[in-house]
Amino acid sequence: MAKQYETVIGLEVHVELATKTKIFCGCSTAFGGAPNTHTCPVCTGMPGSLPVLNKQVVEYAMAVGLAANCTITEYCKFDRKNYFYPDNPQNYQISQLYLPICRNGGIEIETETGKKTVGIHEIHMEEDAGKLIHDDWEDCSLVDYNRSGVPLIEIVSEPDMRNAQEVIAYLEKLRLIIQYLGASDCKLQEGSMRADVNLSVRERGAEQFGTRTEMKNLNSFKAIARAIEGERERQIDLLESGETVVQETRRWDDAKECSYAMRSKEDAQDYRYFPEPDLPPVRIDEEWIRQVRAKQPEFRTEKMARYKEEFGIPDYDIEILTNSKHLADLFEAATALSGQPKKVSNWLMGETMRLLKEKEMEPEEIRFSPENLAKLIGLTDTKQINNTVAKEVFEAVFETDVDPEKYVEEKGLKTVNDEGALRAAVEKVIADNPQSVEDYRNGKEKAIGFLVGQTMKAMKGKAEPGMVNRLLKELL
Amino acid sequence: MDMLAWSAVELAAKIKQKEVTVKEAVDAIFSRIEEKEKDLNCYVTLEKEKALKKAEEVQKKIDDGTLTGALAGVPVAVKDNMCTEGILTTCSSKILSNFIPTYNAEAVSALERAGAVMIGKTNMDEFAMGSTTETSAYGETKNPWNENHVPGGSSGGSAAAVAAGECFFALGSDTGGSIRQPASFCGVVGMKPTYGTVSRYGLIAYGSSLDQIGPLTKNVEDCAAVMEIIASHDKKDSTSLKREDTDFTSALKEDVKGLRIGIPRDYFGDGLDGEVRAAVLAAADALKEQGAVVEEFDLSLVEYAIPAYYTIASAEASSNLERFDGVKYGYRTEQFEGLHHMYKKTRSEGFGAEVKRRIMLGSFVLSSGYYDAYYLKALRTKALIKKAFDQAFEKYDMILGPVAPTTAPGLGKSLSDPLKMYLGDIYTISVNLAGLPGISVPCGKDQKGLPVGLQLIGDCFGEKKLLRAAYTYEKMRGDFGIPAFGKGE
Repeated sequence: MAKQYETVIGLEVHVELATKTKIFCGCSTAFGGAPNTHTCPVCTGMPGSLPVLNKQVVEYAMAVGLAANCTITEYCKFDRKNYFYPDNPQNYQISQLYLPICRNGGIEIETETGKKTVGIHEIHMEEDAGKLIHDDWEDCSLVDYNRSGVPLIEIVSEPDMRNAQEVIAYLEKLRLIIQYLGASDCKLQEGSMRADVNLSVRERGAEQFGTRTEMKNLNSFKAIARAIEGERERQIDLLESGETVVQETRRWDDAKECSYAMRSKEDAQDYRYFPEPDLPPVRIDEEWIRQVRAKQPEFRTEKMARYKEEFGIPDYDIEILTNSKHLADLFEAATALSGQPKKVSNWLMGETMRLLKEKEMEPEEIRFSPENLAKLIGLTDTKQINNTVAKEVFEAVFETDVDPEKYVEEKGLKTVNDEGALRAAVEKVIADNPQSVEDYRNGKEKAIGFLVGQTMKAMKGKAEPGMVNRLLKELL
Repeated sequence: MDMLAWSAVELAAKIKQKEVTVKEAVDAIFSRIEEKEKDLNCYVTLEKEKALKKAEEVQKKIDDGTLTGALAGVPVAVKDNMCTEGILTTCSSKILSNFIPTYNAEAVSALERAGAVMIGKTNMDEFAMGSTTETSAYGETKNPWNENHVPGGSSGGSAAAVAAGECFFALGSDTGGSIRQPASFCGVVGMKPTYGTVSRYGLIAYGSSLDQIGPLTKNVEDCAAVMEIIASHDKKDSTSLKREDTDFTSALKEDVKGLRIGIPRDYFGDGLDGEVRAAVLAAADALKEQGAVVEEFDLSLVEYAIPAYYTIASAEASSNLERFDGVKYGYRTEQFEGLHHMYKKTRSEGFGAEVKRRIMLGSFVLSSGYYDAYYLKALRTKALIKKAFDQAFEKYDMILGPVAPTTAPGLGKSLSDPLKMYLGDIYTISVNLAGLPGISVPCGKDQKGLPVGLQLIGDCFGEKKLLRAAYTYEKMRGDFGIPAFGKGE
């Protein structure tokens, strides 16, 4: 009989914090600057430069820790992790090893098999490295230190997950918490959230963990799920064929759906960690913790309850809307402007979701403003445009955040409410389509649909269908 | 008029009274440099044109009353491990042979704001590692009292320049005695302030938790005046302290009545040269005559200071010096195959033997499996040493002892036996481990005519007491006759 295996997974998640300036200097963290323009002596490791800790980094780390039910370390310290690489200008990274800022937390996840808590071993603060660019033309490597010193937190889970669903649920929950806090936008594709998967397998019922591997280069939830499946199978195949799993770091190639070894434990570097002498310990007292706690935003569970109470929209809508901080913010702002929660929700749940799916975008990437959505709803409420036109206008709003009022004006999309003009059009349609008129008069109710369509066409879509219907019936 | 016989404070006063111009002072210094530098080699870099230009600017500001400080217009030398904007900063190492910083060390900026005129960068032991200024990649500096002897180190260029009159005062840095010991060997005053008093921003780090910038001066009054300028809180240095008591010149009073001075017996045991012992104890007696209460006590743990110091300082240095890799600035080897070969070759060629020794030592004590046994134990020893001092300062206002076991050794006598050289730091390094202030004041000469220094160690923030005692002693002692005063020697 084949053996039953259990997968054991722990995650190391790096999150880039949304501070305006870097962790140890005043340089901007903005994306997209020309190489080495967001730099100074500190983040390029010039001799004699010294780090000064950005307080906002500590507060974001505390906020994430508190939301993940961690204990905050009263005296937390920074340590140096020493290794030579050109993207690391000092050849050491300032990180936290011995006394990280947050420890012993956990977050609850829910999957098809029910609820469980995934433990958080620790959260620590550290600095990001620069970026190496290989110049094939000159055959040399160039370094851009714009990212050097961008603040990161690393969230280390306990090995509490057992399958890909749990891992995805954990990551989604974590991402949502951090997005709600505004501590990061957590985009996997852009690298502002990075997850390394530690995985081992053992025979079901075994008490000891198997030998684990660490998987890197996972750029999407789908890649993570595939990598977990692939690595589980690889390890089971090894064990089944009497071989052993080697403790090593592996790199996932999502295109080939396989991984290869980067380095084994034997050639793992000795980082020679020691306390960073340039930074005194950070003392976090009860008062500071209280202040950060007081600033914590409304999280999803509370928000869901409030939406039900305040807006009376369906549970299904609430579920979708609150699953993205950005979507929830958009919903609340547009509702406040329009006073029409259900209509706002309908636009977000319907057309917005359809376009996101079509364009393979995340809700976080929505660029239109609540003002323009509210204006669009206003135009339909006052029957200035009909629903078909509204959908067309919404696409323009979605694409380029146009002002729907101006757009409708410029494109001449307003519904014609002049009964005289409409009556003339209807009369012309009746005159031009004697067959359909006869069919209708002979009891073929459906024929009126064709006549409505013809009238709308003649009006270039700018008529109110109800009015067309009424006039047709009247004239027939 | 022999300008070189004036102290820094005297010179500034005469400039203010228009007896002499800033340019005349700078010219006098450069003609002295021309006369002495080829024999002494105090400087790595001299900036005569920049200094003359600066002199003009400063003179205008003194004349229009915007610069009124105690050192406005005074020529100063800066140790070559402090960054100077647009001026070569080498740490006396080949690896930084082409490094021109884009920024000033905060202490250098403070001097600039006060109107001091920087004339050049002084020689030192490479990366401040050494006690003789012989590990410099740019040749050794010689002792102005006797050119066959070393000036001490690592701030040997600064001490020798002050003693020889090649500047009016200088900045040095002290990680284990690197200001006090050369001050002692060169017969000048040197102070290592309480850790955190002077910003380390722009000081190229050796042992970050121990490094402090401080003055090397002709007398105690100058020392207090320089301290007043360079001591200030700096947001760019997270270990910088906010102190209210930086009016150091207010402490210049001849009054030691009732001052309790402890002499650690441990500092007068085997290994201390007889002539040094006699000179230091005579200085203690002199203070006693003035009303100080002087008594002996046991400090304990003195023998553990050297291993603890060399463990911690080397560990920090091994990490601090990682950035010198040939990638971003400084020396890069000419031929290499691939990145790691470039790293290895650059660093092998760029660093000298003593620096490599300490990098290896430091890397070893931090390596996996040895961290607890060496580094952590050294940190605990450091804490115990601090505690021993705390206990002593419950009873005493300050501790008095020698600066070094001997006077300046002859050239070429030290580097062949590094362990023996390290042992020479025994009286100075505990002060760095405990973060305390210490001052070295000339208190005599040996038979060869080489100066002996007296060390006073204070509790944290105890600089004013030290300055008061040193000032009192200096007044009693009278003119020490350093070579800078008068050209005759």
